[in-house]
Amino acid sequence: MYSASDLKKGLKIQIDNDPYVVTEFQFSKPGKGQSLYRCKLKNMITGVIIDPTYRSGDTFQQADLDERKMQYLYNQEDEYWFMDVENYEQSVLSAEQVADAKNYLTDNLEVDILFFGERPIGITLPNFVDLTVTKADPWVKGDSVAGDSKPVTLETGYVLRVPPFVEAEGKITIDTRTGEYVTRVKG
Amino acid sequence: MKLSGLKQNLWLRARMIQSIRAFFMEREYLEVETPQLISDLAPEVHIEAIRAGSNYLHTSPELCMKRLLASGFPKIFQISRCFREGERGDHHLPEFSLLEWYRTGIEYQALMNECEALIRFVSKSLDMGWKIHYRSREIDLKKPWERISVKEAFDQYASISLERALEEGCFDRVMVEKIEPNLGTIRPTFLYDYPAAMAALARLKPGNRTLAERFEIYIAGLELANGFSELNDPVEQRARFERELQIRGAEGKQIYPMPERFLRSLEHMPDAAGIALGVDRLAMLFSGAQKIDEVVSFTLEEV
Repeated sequence: MYSASDLKKGLKIQIDNDPYVVTEFQFSKPGKGQSLYRCKLKNMITGVIIDPTYRSGDTFQQADLDERKMQYLYNQEDEYWFMDVENYEQSVLSAEQVADAKNYLTDNLEVDILFFGERPIGITLPNFVDLTVTKADPWVKGDSVAGDSKPVTLETGYVLRVPPFVEAEGKITIDTRTGEYVTRVKG
Repeated sequence: MKLSGLKQNLWLRARMIQSIRAFFMEREYLEVETPQLISDLAPEVHIEAIRAGSNYLHTSPELCMKRLLASGFPKIFQISRCFREGERGDHHLPEFSLLEWYRTGIEYQALMNECEALIRFVSKSLDMGWKIHYRSREIDLKKPWERISVKEAFDQYASISLERALEEGCFDRVMVEKIEPNLGTIRPTFLYDYPAAMAALARLKPGNRTLAERFEIYIAGLELANGFSELNDPVEQRARFERELQIRGAEGKQIYPMPERFLRSLEHMPDAAGIALGVDRLAMLFSGAQKIDEVVSFTLEEV
């Protein structure tokens, strides 16, 4: 159980059976009045943002959240399937829940799946993943328009700009937090 | 924060405090120091004291300063560190600096005039001229400040009347969300005549017992000070404290002892007006700081 004075950015609480994360927080107290805690809360399932004002004395349930290590299996239309590495149970996330993470998902990649109770609601990727380049145009020397980078396509279909020396069939490391190229994988 | 910003703000803060002292010395106020470690507090519903052994750290020097008025000091001021449990935000620190001054023989309207004079004097001493620039607003200190009653402010800025807000228990919320952001945006604003229930230590208005002679100063939406004509009727003061203690008990808050020595001294206290002004907030206004953290050497989290 949390009380209003525990509220801060990043705290996860449960309201009407949904998990919310505090995204903004402002303490105010009009002269001689009561303490007010003005918040912006994001519904961790729907993404809907609400802006309630709480008072001292208000209490909140901790959101029943749990992260489990899972392996990515495959996707079928809008469904992305994962398997728990400990008990082999399978879970599914929607394309909407996976969002941009789909750019980095390769078979057997180990990820953290966020559960609200028994319900999978989100995914956290490793900060860095290695992916194979499937398509890269040869670099044309003196092509000043394109600058010092060129576009390549990765095995997941993700297209990004990389340094000119990256070639097709090679592997590169991507920072999943920014979606940007980090380095070539040697060997 | 960058060190250069902090350095500038601490210099400004120091000069500001010097000029506050100069203002009151010039007007023949006596600077006093009353204990921060006390056994008797004003039992107010929404102010939480920090315990220190079997005593408390004071939440304001108000009771001791009024006892000085009662024992024959007619004009006194104090700049002290005060402590309030659980108050932390962009405009709050649990340990902060409060300027309080009290003067016998005046009431709250005259005290408002003295507030105007003080802020103008400080601004001039800091070579800031007649304007405060804060939150992309320019606030003119020179012209007479706006004076608007709490009732008028509800009519003007809120979609609910003062009476209904009180009935529905949303006074504070409407104040914070709808009214405060509009106050003191062109000139500083005095918001005055608070509902009687919202003034544990202020005198009620002669002729209208539903209102207290209490005011707040707002500059650029920031609440700067709280002042009032002082209640000096010990019987009524005791009844008010009993009511505050009753509410505290009902809300499960810690119960403070009745401040008996203060109540006894009230019998001898002449008519007076007094005010508490947030020194850190004033430093924010003059330095343009968005957070109170920017005008103090260290916050609680940093020590």
